[in-house]
Amino acid sequence: MNKYVQVEKVQMVFETKKGKFVALKDIDLGIDQGEFISIIGHSGCGKSTLLNLVAGLIDATGGALFCAGREIAGPGPDRAVVFQNHSLLPWLTCFDNVHLAVERVFGRKEDKASLKKRTKEALELVGLGHAMYKLPHEISGGMKQRVGIARALSMQPKVLLLDEPFGALDALTRAHLQDELLRIVAALGSTAIMVTHDVDEAVLLSDRIVMMTNGPAATIGEVLEVNLPRPRDRLALAEDARYVHLRGEVLKFLYARHKKEAA
Amino acid sequence: MTVVSIKQARLNEDLSSTAEEIVVHKAIHEPVAADKPVGSERKSRVINIKASLEFFVKRILPPIIGLMLFVMLWELIAQRSENLPGPIKTWASAVELFSDPFYDNGPNDKGIGWNILNSLERVGMGFGLAAMIGIPLGFMIGRFAFFSGMASPIISLLRPVSPLAWLPIGLLVFKEAQPAAIWVIFISSIWPMIINTAVGVSKVPQDYMNVARVLNLSEWKIFTKILFPAVLPYMMTGVRLAIGVAWLVIVAAEMLTGGVGIGFWVWDEWNNLNVEHIIIAIFVVGIIGLLLEQALLLMAKRFEY
Repeated sequence: MNKYVQVEKVQMVFETKKGKFVALKDIDLGIDQGEFISIIGHSGCGKSTLLNLVAGLIDATGGALFCAGREIAGPGPDRAVVFQNHSLLPWLTCFDNVHLAVERVFGRKEDKASLKKRTKEALELVGLGHAMYKLPHEISGGMKQRVGIARALSMQPKVLLLDEPFGALDALTRAHLQDELLRIVAALGSTAIMVTHDVDEAVLLSDRIVMMTNGPAATIGEVLEVNLPRPRDRLALAEDARYVHLRGEVLKFLYARHKKEAA
Repeated sequence: MTVVSIKQARLNEDLSSTAEEIVVHKAIHEPVAADKPVGSERKSRVINIKASLEFFVKRILPPIIGLMLFVMLWELIAQRSENLPGPIKTWASAVELFSDPFYDNGPNDKGIGWNILNSLERVGMGFGLAAMIGIPLGFMIGRFAFFSGMASPIISLLRPVSPLAWLPIGLLVFKEAQPAAIWVIFISSIWPMIINTAVGVSKVPQDYMNVARVLNLSEWKIFTKILFPAVLPYMMTGVRLAIGVAWLVIVAAEMLTGGVGIGFWVWDEWNNLNVEHIIIAIFVVGIIGLLLEQALLLMAKRFEY
């Protein structure tokens, strides 16, 4: 059966100076439209590589990837990426950073006023209506990441790809942005793939958690269904037995069955 | 004069250190009054004085002492030499020279101002042409590996060549001194701009290029929105180095080509055995080079993010 995003027998081999390095092998994954998937695993397990493959930033050495029925061949705005380090262009204001994306996607079909409106709406969606004309260095790390999310959402992508989006933020800001993302994704019904190493983040946000084995030659170890009802509330879930159980399952996978040797 | 001023400087230092001691004493004796507004005001004033004294001792004093030592050394050597004029004689000559910088007694006898302006014009033209060609070339080399492969052997081969070696070629091709001098400036100042721009392009963070790829930006948008702003600081470094080289080379080039210009003027004064003027020229070249460098540094600061 064809899923909205389909990853088939994907293998990724990097040519290094020491010879071939098999990063990923035998990856099979199907994602439904509107589904939120987390990829979790120890560092070096190739979870970011998998995301980059879906983004089209790198080409798979084996297998095939499809998005909305078309084979993925190179990056494109239909698969918007939220980068870990926000990757805002420091010489453009928040507005211009988002506008660059909006212009690229809708510039041919819409007039200037409507492009501006889209940009504003995207920034307001992430709660940054007040800081639109600031430069990235004038705002906090959390706000920068919001702009990164706004930029990705403004393109109305088929799939939203998030590469450890909150990894560089402090715990409080991270929690706050997770809640925001939860709200936004629910409102827009986005299909999303998020790479993370944060167990709570994965359980809180996802419909399914894809757990990766350790590299080299990493593959999908287990897929955990997160059958918690939405909308989800962080505080209520903290005491919820199902939540605690799911969290425990992920922890068991990561630390009992696929414990990473001390680096 | 110099000995007296050194003594004065020492005196100043002594004064400053005693003043500091006084400040310290005051600070120690005033802890109780600290929370009262009058006391704290006085205290902050004391701190202010202390800070400015510290600034003077750390920042202003060393260069002054350095310059004074330099002048003293110069005077010492001048006293032992028959031909080398001392600082006082040179200063007197400089005052005379700069009292009328723009006189014009025919092609071989013009004021120092004209000579400086002529040199600056040559540097400006040669450097401007080099920037017009070198910077776009640098972008191409940085952006396209094929182009880089094509250009890098030529650059590596020609870059170490002494600028003056290009002068005969210039004279041969242009048959005239003026364009030949500009040609030498051009060829010597183009390399830093090509290389720094190319390095800047290759140093553009991969993250930015990934953004460009995900957004599927056109080559033109990539250039205007990402490459150009990201490379600008590197480019400015190249420009600064280039103008430094150009200003270095102009004196030598003009010595060989003649005409009106600071380099030619030095040679002319050598023929007249007017050593004061040669020393003045050295200072003038140094000061103008410094000013050019500072101006570009100031410009470069505006492009930092």
